[in-house]
Amino acid sequence: MSDQPAIERLRMDADIVCVGFGPATAGFLTTLSRQLVNADGTPAVESAVMPGMPPQVLCYERADDIGFGVSGIVTRAQALRASFPEIKTAGIPMAAPVGEEKVLYLLDPHGASRRSAALRCADALIRATKFMLPFEHHALNLPWTPSFLHKHDGLILSMGQFMQWVGAQVQSTGAVQIWPGTPVAEALIEERRAPARPFSAQPSQHAEPVLGAPKVIGVRLLDQGVDKKGNPSDGFTPGMDVHAALTVVADGSIGPIGRQLDEVFGMPNGNHTRDWAVGMKFVVDLPADTSLKPGTVLHTFGYPEPEIFGFLYVHPDRVASLGIFVPSWFDSPARTAYRYLQHWMLHPYLWRYLKGGRLRSWGAKTLGESGKHGEPHLTGDGYARIGEGSGTTNVLTGSGVDEAWATGTQLAEAVLELLKAKKPFTRQNLDETYVKRRRASWVEAEGRVAEKSRDGFQKGVATGMIGMALAGLTNGKFSLGSAPVQLWKRIPTVEDYFAGKISPEEIAKIRAECKTKNVSLHGALMDKAGWPAIPFDGQLLVSHQDALLMGGKVQAPHGYADHVVFLHPELCEKCGARICIEACSGQAIYPGENGVPAFDREKCVHCGACLWNCSQADPENPERMNIAFRAGTGGLHSAEN
Amino acid sequence: MSTAYQIVVCGSIVPDPLQTLEPVAAPTGPALKNEMMLPAVLDPWAGHALYEAANLAKNQPGSKVWLVSLGPKAKLQQVMMTVAQKVPFELVALDGSASGFTDATETAAALADAIAAIPGLDKSRLLVFGGWESASRGAGATLQMVGERLGIVDQFQGVDQLTVNADGSLEILERIEGGKHQVSKCAGASALLGWATGNLPEPKNNPQVGMVNMRTVMPALQKAKPVKFAGDGLNFTSVALPKQLRETQIVKEKSPDDIAKEIVEWIKK
Repeated sequence: MSDQPAIERLRMDADIVCVGFGPATAGFLTTLSRQLVNADGTPAVESAVMPGMPPQVLCYERADDIGFGVSGIVTRAQALRASFPEIKTAGIPMAAPVGEEKVLYLLDPHGASRRSAALRCADALIRATKFMLPFEHHALNLPWTPSFLHKHDGLILSMGQFMQWVGAQVQSTGAVQIWPGTPVAEALIEERRAPARPFSAQPSQHAEPVLGAPKVIGVRLLDQGVDKKGNPSDGFTPGMDVHAALTVVADGSIGPIGRQLDEVFGMPNGNHTRDWAVGMKFVVDLPADTSLKPGTVLHTFGYPEPEIFGFLYVHPDRVASLGIFVPSWFDSPARTAYRYLQHWMLHPYLWRYLKGGRLRSWGAKTLGESGKHGEPHLTGDGYARIGEGSGTTNVLTGSGVDEAWATGTQLAEAVLELLKAKKPFTRQNLDETYVKRRRASWVEAEGRVAEKSRDGFQKGVATGMIGMALAGLTNGKFSLGSAPVQLWKRIPTVEDYFAGKISPEEIAKIRAECKTKNVSLHGALMDKAGWPAIPFDGQLLVSHQDALLMGGKVQAPHGYADHVVFLHPELCEKCGARICIEACSGQAIYPGENGVPAFDREKCVHCGACLWNCSQADPENPERMNIAFRAGTGGLHSAEN
Repeated sequence: MSTAYQIVVCGSIVPDPLQTLEPVAAPTGPALKNEMMLPAVLDPWAGHALYEAANLAKNQPGSKVWLVSLGPKAKLQQVMMTVAQKVPFELVALDGSASGFTDATETAAALADAIAAIPGLDKSRLLVFGGWESASRGAGATLQMVGERLGIVDQFQGVDQLTVNADGSLEILERIEGGKHQVSKCAGASALLGWATGNLPEPKNNPQVGMVNMRTVMPALQKAKPVKFAGDGLNFTSVALPKQLRETQIVKEKSPDDIAKEIVEWIKK
């Protein structure tokens, strides 16, 4: 038994507690809050913890305010419109109806990207015949794109502004409470076997296994007033235990509660979360004379590396959201979203629109892109999972918000049905109501079509694109490629990746120089590989550090533990890649002592890139890497993303 | 002798200080660009006042705290989601502009009227708190006029500490020049205190406090009285941000002395 004294924690009781306020929870609370109270003010259903009152519904969000740290999107808004039929005229800031849509293949004007022989041939052919093609500024505008890629009649949204708008709608009903700045540390699980790893400050690895069906009975909030390692410090305030009959888990693809449940309950047979992407974006004030119209949607591929996708969505009032996705199958050990984003903006096709623009906001986020492959157990006794962390993202149509919202509304309808029937939130009851609705919905049908659509990218970009088209055009009957393997099994060394471009001797020299300067490798490696320098202009092309301060407004409140933890430092010491440092969106992970990376909580934007970008497997779980991404507060302070 | 005070804190919202602010000319006068899209926080000066009020109420049994807040209702609701977890209070909401580009006299009148209308208000137990230099109100002018309208003659600005003596009198430390404090005493309530930073840290989030507060916050927001400002005679000749020169460095291991020296050198350049 542990010799540490047990921490006395306050307890609070609610009927329903939600983890995370993203689009899935927003859909859940929007639907639920409209039906908890009758028109005459009497409860439509009664609370179990406060008899005579409507159910007490609480939602805890880790970010400092709602709408911080989410991304700009283009969506068909199918589910959103079902909840808000007048959404197009609701006056949501930065919303615009989708207008012109283009898919562009960007060629490399510098010759610095790593292109396969097949792509080089394709590029040469395009350049040779460009006078016959819709080709301008080193970009081919695809003359035809399949319908599943289109967002006709949809909306461009700033998710930050949309979430703030929804939050106001939901809160104003008075039926539910949303609390930002309040991370959930762990799910409270009753009658469980001890998990493989403790999730709280209280050591539980020595706890006696308890037999019986595990049941989620609520959540524990994060301890406040602790040091970097979570030890009690000035103003120590133990995280409160919030007990609830139903815990709604919607903390996204990197959420600690979803990941805890995956460890405790396991994943359904054959499912995994090995596909993901790091998304990084700018919100930009376009030049005064811009020709881009609100509603314009540009999607790109081919540059700065063939694997990297880009997007540019135009909001009203000369504002654009733009950025790139660096996917899991881009096997570069020196991947850096920030520098690639700058090269992407500087592509001649895009720069003619962006030159003279000004950075308004910046942000980054990782997306779980396993789709149906990544679906966990959706329900259990006392809990249900919705949104991105429950495998809703459709990787074929490039859509996630609408699907997440839909699963939230499905769960809300199920919960109302169970509350009215006075049935408990057991796994069986939730399966018969929530899961049944989900399986019968368009989210499921379209998710099935998309399930294997990206497997081709494991064999290369060209195969991946053909595989996507094949899956989309055959309704998922056919696809190419195979299921992805774990990153740590396939990521090459820096030397192998740059073979033919940079010699091992030069890499060794770069390593030594970067070590002296205590900086990451990617800048020097990309310079050496032929990437031109970024011509900083102080308003759009700014240093990574300035993007954090000017665009992301990143900060972290005092008194919380580090949420990024290197589980086995000895593995870091012998790691040759340290992709976590190269890929960190906020430069919060940097070279540390003895080769073990150091973490600066004040710069973390909570994108979760480190969680995925680790080349060392966790010895206790080969599906996980050597970095734990725990509950934490702070991060982005921009609501325009 | 313990007094059960009625502590009314005047506190509104300001844009999250991390945001980039840009004044623009709107049809109704100066405004901040995209103000409704910017995240907001409780005015930090008013925040100190609120935490001091809650601390006083905790130590003086029977005391109660009201937060009288004038701002756009939607923004007030958003900010309350964070503030309501900090300390217990009852919200009195006024739906109007918090831009700072309003006449302090009109703002003070609206706040004073709202305070006077609090049911059961007993001026012999009333302490009015606020931010000394509240960011959107400027230099304590509004708070002083609120006190005058309520007939409160004992007013203190730049307060860092309030002590309730055994005889019920109040001892107050006010900031004066040279980093010193002036010690004042008054017999007791009613009094008005414009707080500087006080001495209390920001309270930790307490979900139980939040849940209790929200039972009154939402109804208060729903019945928030609209406040329109006439702005008669108010004219802004120009509005501009101070000029800024930005250089960024991230330094972790430097001593405060070395940082100060470097800043001095930088300013001299």
